[in-house]
Amino acid sequence: MDCVGLCDVLAQAGWDRGLAQFLSLFVGVILVSGLPLVTVIFLIWVERKVAARIQDRLGPNRVGPFGLLQTFADLIKLLIKEDITPAAADRLLYNAAPILSFASVVLIWAVVPFTPYHIGTDLEIGALYFVAVASLGTLAVMTAGWASNNKYALLGAFRVVALLVSYEIPLVFALIVPVLLAGSMSMMDIVHAQAGMWFVFMAPLAMVLFFVSSQAETGRAPFDLIEAESELVAGFNIEYSGMKFGMFFAAEFLHVFTNGILLAVLFFGGWQGPLANEPLIAFVWLGIKGSLLYFVSLWMRNTLPRLRIDQVMRFNWFFLVPLSIVQLLVIAGLVMILKEIGLVPLNAQGHIDLASASFLSMLPMTLVLFFANVLIALPVVQWLRENGRKLRERDEQRTRRAIAANAAGAVGD
Amino acid sequence: MNVLNEWAFVGIFAVLAPVFPILPIVIASILRPKMPNVLKSQTYECGVETIGDTWVQFRVQYYIYGLVFLVFDVEIVFLLPWALAYHQLDLFAFGAGFLFIFLLADALIYAWRKDVLAWK
Repeated sequence: MDCVGLCDVLAQAGWDRGLAQFLSLFVGVILVSGLPLVTVIFLIWVERKVAARIQDRLGPNRVGPFGLLQTFADLIKLLIKEDITPAAADRLLYNAAPILSFASVVLIWAVVPFTPYHIGTDLEIGALYFVAVASLGTLAVMTAGWASNNKYALLGAFRVVALLVSYEIPLVFALIVPVLLAGSMSMMDIVHAQAGMWFVFMAPLAMVLFFVSSQAETGRAPFDLIEAESELVAGFNIEYSGMKFGMFFAAEFLHVFTNGILLAVLFFGGWQGPLANEPLIAFVWLGIKGSLLYFVSLWMRNTLPRLRIDQVMRFNWFFLVPLSIVQLLVIAGLVMILKEIGLVPLNAQGHIDLASASFLSMLPMTLVLFFANVLIALPVVQWLRENGRKLRERDEQRTRRAIAANAAGAVGD
Repeated sequence: MNVLNEWAFVGIFAVLAPVFPILPIVIASILRPKMPNVLKSQTYECGVETIGDTWVQFRVQYYIYGLVFLVFDVEIVFLLPWALAYHQLDLFAFGAGFLFIFLLADALIYAWRKDVLAWK
């Protein structure tokens, strides 16, 4: 095993090599996992403030300056709240679900590259690891719904499985695009491959697909039918109270921000930016990009109404999935053609090499891919508009007929 | 041996990650009041008593979604190595990949025509 950094220092100081190794890894884990934990406390405040501003309210502003200490007040409240476990619940699974939910989100942070030199662990299969760990969250929600032994909770959980499982397909198809372009599943390599040009310019459709399906994966509006306050009361977490309930919510808040960061890493160049050789500046770049994308997600959440489950399913299977397959094929085909005619930066072995390519050498490739994406997007958007108009007109007609029927009935009486 | 190091990190992380949610729950269990009674720990159902069992058979629709998802998920596992090696592949590999994705799309069209994807 390698022994560098802290491990090396400890080994030099006369520690046992294995122990030094373990300790240095342990410190790394604490640092990497501590970051999301600190962030989530701040995120809850940000989310509430942003939601308030969008809805023309002030948001929390009583506890501390600008309400910054509101989260701590809530934390204390949650800690001293009575925690009721329903007598009919499956106790073991009931208690395990919130833990699994939060842990699955924190685990994603192991492969997030913070700076050119700092990453939890640069797994060769980082992208696959992220998908695998994130789907543990689905399992947690299902477990919670099942173990609660409550009809609302179980209905919510069934919907979750249908929804989350469906939206994972466009998510992964969109994820294949950066993997294909970078030629690596390691998150660090994917960021390095965007040195010349961010992937969002080469595959804007993949970015949109990833963004939409990751929004669905968090179960946020317009895809929040998992919780559906008005029909299912709260969905899977209806029986939860106290800190366990808090854990589900902390996990959700953190998941949304994590998705923003992942989107930044996969499509917006991660820590890339001017002066990114300096770790601190690189870290700030990642933070800025992730926060902006996070803001868009909050904006969507607070602006759009909830969709019905049949609409959500139709949107996924008849729109997102076919679109994700088509855009992957088009990108793969074009990259191959561009390689044959020599418009792609190659290395000495004649393989595509984006990591050492400059902005100019990637420009022709980017332009071709971008216009191909626009060409796919135009008819799709047109089709969406027509379809939307048709549905709206049908609904309007139905309403008009109902009103007319009502009026006629009133006269008859 | 670096690979072992990377996965050791994931292993430690996986052990430590559940500790973060467990800790506040344990602290809460010390601080919070514990006064359960029969009525309080009943299953919530809009104020009335729960009728019947919750753990019953569910609609086959969910199962079909699960099945279609499985088809796609397995095929994606095969697609990832293809995408990974794409830099070094030639035109033939694109043809093979195209054929593979076409078969995948075929399954989607079949399910579409069978009308199992629309929520009923």
